[in-house]
Amino acid sequence: MTATTSATGIGAPVRRKEDFRFITGQGQYTDDVTRPGETKAVFVRSPHAHANIKSIDVSAARKMPGVVDVLTGAQLATDKIGNLICGWMIHSKDGSPMKMSAHPALASTKVNCVGDAVAVVIAETIAQGKDAAEKVVVDYEVLTAVVDPAKAQAKGAPQIHPDIVNNTIYQWHLGEKKDVDAAFAAAKHVTKLDIVNNRLVPNAMEPRAALADYDVGTENLTLWNTSQNPHVARLVISAFIGMAPEHKLRVIAPDVGGGFGSKIFIYPEEVVCLWASRKVKRPVKWTSDRSEAFLTDAHGRDHVTHAELALDANGKILALRAKTIANLGAYMSTFSSSVPTYLYATLLSGQYNIPSIYCEVDAVYTNTAPVDAYRGAGRPEATFVVERLVEVAARQMAIDPADLRRRNFITAFPHQTPVIMAYDAGDYNASLKKAMDLADVKGFAKRKREAARHGKLRGLGYSTYIEACGIAPSQAVGSLGAGVGLWESAEVRVNPTGSVEVLTGSHAHGQGHETTFAQLVSERLGIPFENVSIVHGDTDKVQFGMGTYGSRSGAVGMSAIVKALDKIEIKAKKVAAFMLEAAEGDIEFKDGKFTVAGTDKSAGFGDVALNAYIAHKFTGAELEPGLKETSFYDPTNFTFPAGCHICELDVDIETGKVDIVNWTAVDDFGTIINPMIVEGQVHGGIAQGVGQALMEGAYYDAAGQLVTGSMMDYTMPRAHDLPSFHVGLTMTKSPSNPLGMKGCGEAGAIAAPAAVINAITDAIGTENIAMPATANAVWAALQKSQAPKAA
Amino acid sequence: MYNFTFHRPTTVRQAAGLLARNPDGKLLAGGHSLLPVMKQRLAQPSALVDLSLVEGMTGVELKGRSVVIGAMTRHADVANSQVLKDAMPGLAAVPGSIGDPQVRNRGTIGGSIANNDPNADYPAACLGLGATIITNKRRIAADDFFTGMFSTALEDGEIITKISFPIAKKCAYEKFKHPASGFALVGVFVSKRGPDIRVAVTGAGSNGVFRVKSFEEALKKRFAAKSIEGMTIPANGMNSDIHASPEYRAHLVAVLARRALAKANA
Repeated sequence: MTATTSATGIGAPVRRKEDFRFITGQGQYTDDVTRPGETKAVFVRSPHAHANIKSIDVSAARKMPGVVDVLTGAQLATDKIGNLICGWMIHSKDGSPMKMSAHPALASTKVNCVGDAVAVVIAETIAQGKDAAEKVVVDYEVLTAVVDPAKAQAKGAPQIHPDIVNNTIYQWHLGEKKDVDAAFAAAKHVTKLDIVNNRLVPNAMEPRAALADYDVGTENLTLWNTSQNPHVARLVISAFIGMAPEHKLRVIAPDVGGGFGSKIFIYPEEVVCLWASRKVKRPVKWTSDRSEAFLTDAHGRDHVTHAELALDANGKILALRAKTIANLGAYMSTFSSSVPTYLYATLLSGQYNIPSIYCEVDAVYTNTAPVDAYRGAGRPEATFVVERLVEVAARQMAIDPADLRRRNFITAFPHQTPVIMAYDAGDYNASLKKAMDLADVKGFAKRKREAARHGKLRGLGYSTYIEACGIAPSQAVGSLGAGVGLWESAEVRVNPTGSVEVLTGSHAHGQGHETTFAQLVSERLGIPFENVSIVHGDTDKVQFGMGTYGSRSGAVGMSAIVKALDKIEIKAKKVAAFMLEAAEGDIEFKDGKFTVAGTDKSAGFGDVALNAYIAHKFTGAELEPGLKETSFYDPTNFTFPAGCHICELDVDIETGKVDIVNWTAVDDFGTIINPMIVEGQVHGGIAQGVGQALMEGAYYDAAGQLVTGSMMDYTMPRAHDLPSFHVGLTMTKSPSNPLGMKGCGEAGAIAAPAAVINAITDAIGTENIAMPATANAVWAALQKSQAPKAA
Repeated sequence: MYNFTFHRPTTVRQAAGLLARNPDGKLLAGGHSLLPVMKQRLAQPSALVDLSLVEGMTGVELKGRSVVIGAMTRHADVANSQVLKDAMPGLAAVPGSIGDPQVRNRGTIGGSIANNDPNADYPAACLGLGATIITNKRRIAADDFFTGMFSTALEDGEIITKISFPIAKKCAYEKFKHPASGFALVGVFVSKRGPDIRVAVTGAGSNGVFRVKSFEEALKKRFAAKSIEGMTIPANGMNSDIHASPEYRAHLVAVLARRALAKANA
């Protein structure tokens, strides 16, 4: 590394380039974009969870001041605007395809959840739009609702979609049932748990927004949108919804303020804005308010699971089986079907050598908001099942929980699990040991006694998690039902002055790509970090790309950049060879300098870039001018970040309130580009995981009304709820991508819930407690566990 | 938000006159309860009468054996008042526990008391100290003022101008925060002023703030946590929601009362 890049290259904790504009209010988010003649869209939403629409009367609304148009689902159908779709096909165990209901962007005959849009007012101002929306008269015939996934399949449950019986989308399975049943029959010990993985509301800081602009002259449609994957949005909106040919539709996802998965999906609102803009021939903007976000953003999790673990007398795991009912809500969101199947059951081996695993998953419709990927997506649910089972088994068998984990850790790689995944690298003992040292597990007993003197029950909980990231080899996911490939693209454009633009198919919505991607380029080309710009999020600028989710931007997105940089180096060496009048094979490239091997003849990167464009040293027949390369990188495997989190907490005996006093996270993310950004990702992930474990929970009442519809009732974690984290790293490089990266964005959210619940149950001496473990819930559990003693 | 007319009187008299002329009008104090419901279109006042320019409605003053606080005094100003911190730190701690800095810098004591949110903190302090609520028309004892959830003894056109708190030698507030909103899931204010012993509870009761007479009786012997050790209150009449069961709220009343007593005696 040269002096110019060492402070900014791979492994340097470079301050984020993008933060100046974010923290000074200079970011350009979708709602900041305004177009001349812009109108506002206000949606008329169903107040009922389940109802037939008998009629919609928009005549009074049309006459309201400032109203440009009022549109309904009937017109949407007339204009042949297609339904929203789920793009991952899952087949049931009987071979039948999943049952995807129609999902029109505006409901015209029936509403299936509170917040379902039935009409849209296009008005000059939001206030005028809201006034007019109140004048839209919808005659509903209210139907009984079902919100509980465990009740959705019951006889007599209200049927949500006319052609889908028992509200069952699919009945899927993975693994060999016969082997698992045999292992259980022979097992010395069986641990059983009933687990609810609570429904969560994503709550990105920036609410969703869409601005559509139809150009009458060119018939081009432009959509500014809060999207994690603008090309995928364009593809779906064009190919499936039929809004416009792909080349006549431009999707721009400018600065996006957080997504956590919820902005992967194609939502009704952007479809309606595009359609409305074409109809009224003016720009149409919608920005969700927080209340709409609670009702209409795709929620996360919502699994009901019965799980069992079979062990021999020595605590060796023999088999695992699980039956899960996954609530997908009123409609199948864009990737919803994959989350409780291939992103969940494939991780049920955890870090352990488990000979056989069998998992059944029923996905059901309910009268609730759609559920789809949310930070971790399936992997937090799997980790929670595995880590709770292991912990409870250890306690039941009176084996130290860390020891039981050690006895079952996978230690040889590659390792083929019984549930598809082939782990390529890892050292689970190393992360456990380092975490136990950092957490001072040895001193825990003493701290527990000390806490007891202050009326506190202290507990300690482990979570030795694994996740599959770097999503994913296209052929593999194709064979599992994905409708797309999950490669990534990059274009590296070297300018004549030697500065560089990288056009990436990845999309940043908080991850800091403008910094980390520039660090990679700076190091590889030996040019100053400041001379690199990262361009993303505009389908007119950037070649087709797959976007950012599943902790894939490093392992897949940066690998594409590496490949393009390799090509740049090859081409630049050709240019340098002409400049230095040497054979191409004699040119060496190091620290931003091209040198003729064994001589002092050299050319700087900038000189070579200029010569590539002025093309004075070679003829067009010898070499094409220019220095710009594109690559599409398809990974060879998933990556498998793993680690150990240890939560130490106090329970106030009198109130049940939980205070986390110590958090240790030791993660193996493979190669790290920017340790500061990685640590930030870990912090944020833990905060979300602790939120799920202790605070967050989306509740619908029996009528399907969202009880937790605002920040006054839905508890988000706050800074004062969390301690300072002890963060450590171990490293095994991923052999599946050129940089050896694994991904870090979801780890905290995946690891944390089990660590918290293991610690609480350790503290209060119960086997199980449901999430969120609120003070009331912990207190109630304490009343039960301590009742005999008290009596 | 629906349209409304906006008035900014400079005297209480003008404000009362504006209210009389606008039967659907509302007083605007800090606005931190009113404006959110207006934004959600759940309230539609025809007029807002903003009290922020009315003179003589702010400040914390020592008057004899009482602390008198102007109705438009912001929570932050009450919390930071040296006069109050010296005279009665147990009361100064109450506004310091409300919401977040933004709320404390806008919200007012008069607004909070007039709104009588069943989870608000000030009603517990008023009832727990036997405060007097002073309006443009009369003086109302706290015991008569809080008449139920979001309801008070205030009549149409009546404006709170001051609240007078008798100085209690011993008093303290203990609050268990609602995890999402930061309001009191349960809050207990205890005080002892001569023979007058009070235990007032907010957040728990389905009818708003209330006194726990059984605790007060027991504390007459000795004003200490030990005097109510083992005592409970019935869960009947407690609020029930996703955040806390009636049993838990009733349990917290006893726990927080003991903790408040320990704090008051510290």
